[in-house]
Amino acid sequence: MVAEAVARAVPSSGVVAHTTPRCPLIVVEASSVLEVLRFLRDDPAQSYKMLTDLTAVDRVAGQGQIEVVYTLRSLEHGNLLIVKAAIRAENPVIDSATGLWHSANWAEREVWDMFGVHFEGHPDLRRILMYEEFEGHPLRKDYPVDRRQPLVEERDVINDPWPSRDGL
Amino acid sequence: MGPSHPATHGTIKFQLRLDGETIIACDTEIGYLHRGFEKMCEQGTWNQCVPYADRLNYASPLINNFIFTEGVESLLGISVPERCTYIRTILSELSRIADHLTCLGMAAAEVGAQTVAFYMNQARESIYNINQAVTGARVTVSYGRVGGLTRDVPEDFEPMVRAAIEEIVEQLDNCEKLLERNRIFIDRMVDIGVITAEEAVSYGLTGPLLRATGVSYDVRKHSPYLAYDRVDFDVPVGTRGDNFDRFSVRVDEMRQSIRISEQILDAMPEGPICVDDPTIVLPPKTEVYESIEGLMAQFKMVIEGIRVPEGEVYFAGEGANGELGFYLVSDGSGRPYRVRVRPPCFYGMGAVERLCKGHSVADLVAIFGMVNMIGGECDR
Repeated sequence: MVAEAVARAVPSSGVVAHTTPRCPLIVVEASSVLEVLRFLRDDPAQSYKMLTDLTAVDRVAGQGQIEVVYTLRSLEHGNLLIVKAAIRAENPVIDSATGLWHSANWAEREVWDMFGVHFEGHPDLRRILMYEEFEGHPLRKDYPVDRRQPLVEERDVINDPWPSRDGL
Repeated sequence: MGPSHPATHGTIKFQLRLDGETIIACDTEIGYLHRGFEKMCEQGTWNQCVPYADRLNYASPLINNFIFTEGVESLLGISVPERCTYIRTILSELSRIADHLTCLGMAAAEVGAQTVAFYMNQARESIYNINQAVTGARVTVSYGRVGGLTRDVPEDFEPMVRAAIEEIVEQLDNCEKLLERNRIFIDRMVDIGVITAEEAVSYGLTGPLLRATGVSYDVRKHSPYLAYDRVDFDVPVGTRGDNFDRFSVRVDEMRQSIRISEQILDAMPEGPICVDDPTIVLPPKTEVYESIEGLMAQFKMVIEGIRVPEGEVYFAGEGANGELGFYLVSDGSGRPYRVRVRPPCFYGMGAVERLCKGHSVADLVAIFGMVNMIGGECDR
């Protein structure tokens, strides 16, 4: 149902439908993901007004890809939907959804932090859980769980408050 | 402000730009309690994630336990026995009350109503005593297991819960008397941190934060799990979307949780508490110690873990702070391929900048209290 509507609205999305135990799942081309998300949010029949969660799954070992996973919820119809888009691991870039939802801001920062996915058009793509000097992206499967990090210089937090967003 | 500040219960840093005492910009820095929950979960078996799940929201660990195990069970395609479902439901509701009491007590103390904090802590104590009697621990409970529970509730469970409910109702009444016509408290809460329903949805706010804006969204009603489709309860909502509404919604929710608990107690069925499947549940200890088959079954379960079929699921439940979701990916081995937590207060903290702009520094304390950030859950 959802997949057919998406295929009609965004023919270039190459949408494929799957099922999961709790809700439907669609896989779309990364290049058209923003268009699909906008359609799902604004179309009254879909009305997925909330981006509940945004995360990623490392599939580098098998497919050389990273999957970006959007979980959408329609408060009006009570539906849940997972949208997935796969990007190449050598060049992990995808459009930012910050223009559609405020919640994408922090969620995309976390995916950047943990997986090194670059969100094109994000206003403030900084690390969020780790510190700026952290090396690597810890949730990638090639990041060993016992890796040590280099010591970083002590920061003068009073006189040189670190790195905040521009204009702050 | 922060990272270690007496008015922020939790390690967090706000970088504020002020005009006098008025906040004109705020950068919220989280991550001080990041322990790599999601990475750690990928290292062990599915059941070994349960103790980690306790340490997400440590004010209501049982809710995390049960939503995680329900998620794995939906991936396995099994459903647990009735009695287990009912025990999970009632303990979730008691945990919700404990969580709200923690949140409200601290928030009230921070705006000067210290007595309320003592009364609420006293009410919470009765719930922690139940936790202790049922699970053997007060906070780090690790009570849920994939396919059931570690053990059944003690025999005096019902009278204990009824006595606790009595205590909670009494203390709630006391607190309401202290607050509802308290000028200082009302001035500090009303019209502070206002957000509209539309913005709240865009920020991904759920739970009391969203319901305070008037949106009647509760996972327990929207996509029922556990026994929530078999009990009567209302979803309290606010009208203004300010701090006061967030406070009142939580108070009303506690009364609803009491209602649910009483219905569950009345309807609690007898029977087993675990699924009857040796590939999912550990054998009883008597079999392990007395028969070679039992010993082997135990050994295989511990070493290899539960073989969850390949697939993925997003399982959401209503945590005390809002929608707590687990996005679980299995590759068919005995270990999780990916465990993602959707922490409700992560998104709440993402909205703090929006909530505190234009208010004074002192109001940030009240707003932060009502967002109820739990470091373990926000930073994982």
